[in-house]
Amino acid sequence: MSRFVFNRALQSALVLLVMSFVIYGLMCLMPGDPIDLMITSDPKITTEDAARLRALYGLDTPITERYWHWLMGALSGNFGYSRMFAQPVFQIIWPALGNTAILLGLSFVLALVIALPLGALAAIRPYSKLDYSINLFLFAGISVPPFWLALLLITLFSVVFGILPAGGTAQAAGVDEFWESAKYLILPIASLTIASIGGHARYMRASMIETLRHYFIRTARAKGLSPWQVITGHALRNALIPVVTVIALDFGFLFSGALVTETIFAYPGMGKLIFDAIMGNDYNLALITLLFATALTLLGNFMADLAYNTLDPRLSFKDMDA
Amino acid sequence: MTTPPSQLIWRRFCQHRLAVVSAVTLILLVFISSGAPLWVSVFDLDGQTVDLFNRFQPVSAAHPLGTDELGRDVLARLIEGGRVSLFVGLIAALFASVIGTTIGLMSGYFGGRIDMVIMRFTDGVISLPLLPLLIVLAAIDLSKLGLPNAIANSENASLYRISIIVALAGWTTVARLVRAETLALRERTFVKAAQAQGATSGRIMRVHILPNLAASIIVATTLSAGNIILLESVLSFLGLGIQPPVTSWGNLLTNAQELIWDSPRLAFYPGALIFLTVIAFNFLGDGLRDAIDPKALTSDK
Repeated sequence: MSRFVFNRALQSALVLLVMSFVIYGLMCLMPGDPIDLMITSDPKITTEDAARLRALYGLDTPITERYWHWLMGALSGNFGYSRMFAQPVFQIIWPALGNTAILLGLSFVLALVIALPLGALAAIRPYSKLDYSINLFLFAGISVPPFWLALLLITLFSVVFGILPAGGTAQAAGVDEFWESAKYLILPIASLTIASIGGHARYMRASMIETLRHYFIRTARAKGLSPWQVITGHALRNALIPVVTVIALDFGFLFSGALVTETIFAYPGMGKLIFDAIMGNDYNLALITLLFATALTLLGNFMADLAYNTLDPRLSFKDMDA
Repeated sequence: MTTPPSQLIWRRFCQHRLAVVSAVTLILLVFISSGAPLWVSVFDLDGQTVDLFNRFQPVSAAHPLGTDELGRDVLARLIEGGRVSLFVGLIAALFASVIGTTIGLMSGYFGGRIDMVIMRFTDGVISLPLLPLLIVLAAIDLSKLGLPNAIANSENASLYRISIIVALAGWTTVARLVRAETLALRERTFVKAAQAQGATSGRIMRVHILPNLAASIIVATTLSAGNIILLESVLSFLGLGIQPPVTSWGNLLTNAQELIWDSPRLAFYPGALIFLTVIAFNFLGDGLRDAIDPKALTSDK
């Protein structure tokens, strides 16, 4: 067990290291460099000044050298300053992370509560009318452009009915009453939830159909259990094992969804922060936020692996060591 | 007399009504949007001319779907946008399928350590937060990669750049499927026979394995085409994909959010078309899978 955990942790750390180099390299390919940005804000800078500044900041050294320098700094806890916010990067990340955790956590739970029973229901009688209609709905769910769905929700609830705010947060609007501030979360959560139901429920349906074909289900039926008991007592748990893993592995996908949703609803989370940092040429902030997102995703996958091994008694950690 | 397999597949496909409807829808969409320049001259539709006296016009005979914030004809812009969106979607899907097939074939055929490394890599790509990384790729300055300025900043560059970026994210589905099938095919007698006759690995993969994979590759490509079009629209919506003045369904929606109070209609049409296209691709892929592999009917749908 501990060896498996150690191996997987080592692997994740390695992937993170490689990704840090890749992302660092990509940052260097972004339009302009920090000195260009200084020149635009201060027209008095001459070409010689710019060259001197480039040397001073080490921008004339090769990328590997600069990366090494950055990595050593980062490992000793120095992640640099954000250009847009003029603050250390980590002071900006924490509040954004909290906001995203609320958004993702709530919509994740909500999506599971809706998707799992829906998928199981569809699987009980495959290719029946009920399955057909659920499937139609699920296909619509995976095919709808997430930003369009958000726009439709805004049109309906903010423009036509005028009952929900079109974006922002309660703090920004100066509202502190609980239910009033919760209103700001409804539309982002709804659009993120609807976007993930389709995928989750389809996994559940497929896994449940697979499980219901096993002999132990036949045995359970043969010994006289009611269909309901067979489903809840025998099939459901077994069907859930692969679904839990697949859903946990979807963490990266969830993060992508958060980026779109947060950008549209002007919700100050990690997704919007990443987008704004890239768009605003805030290299330090973009680099750290992207790495943070990658690290969180890797952590999610790591947990998924552990969960799978704990949930499925057929797999032992000994096999996984190989 | 036995029925040839192709006819069986065709018959099974026709039973999947939604897939047939989807195929017809897609053909119509491609037909209408690929003829964009033709419609402009025949029906006098013009999506380029700005007419500030006729902004936000409702539906009329001259403008079947009204006009946008600059007084341009919405229908003409939708058709023009569809041409770009569908072109990019299909090119990227094709590109993704070529990458996926190559990687999957290598992984499955050689097996062992190569397989392990490739599959670890594929899993890694799947698990990354792709959208943020694709945004960075879309934002990088091509001239810093050593491309001449004329190419890096040309109007069509955004078209090819987005096709490549989206394909880089979309190849994994095809790769996994091709690998799984290749693993099974590798053990079949006809492959063993070819090996015994001294055929090279490259020849066996090309002549003996690839043709047997064709059906699955078509299914996987169709299924990922939907996702690829979706991803392109997200990037264009965020202002990173197709750049104006080139129109796409995604970038038609970029302004829609600001204009939502003036004209919610403008936000509706392009998204509805993306939705229609993606769901049609998904149904078509589903129907093809059921038709080609009847076993799939009883398992995962």
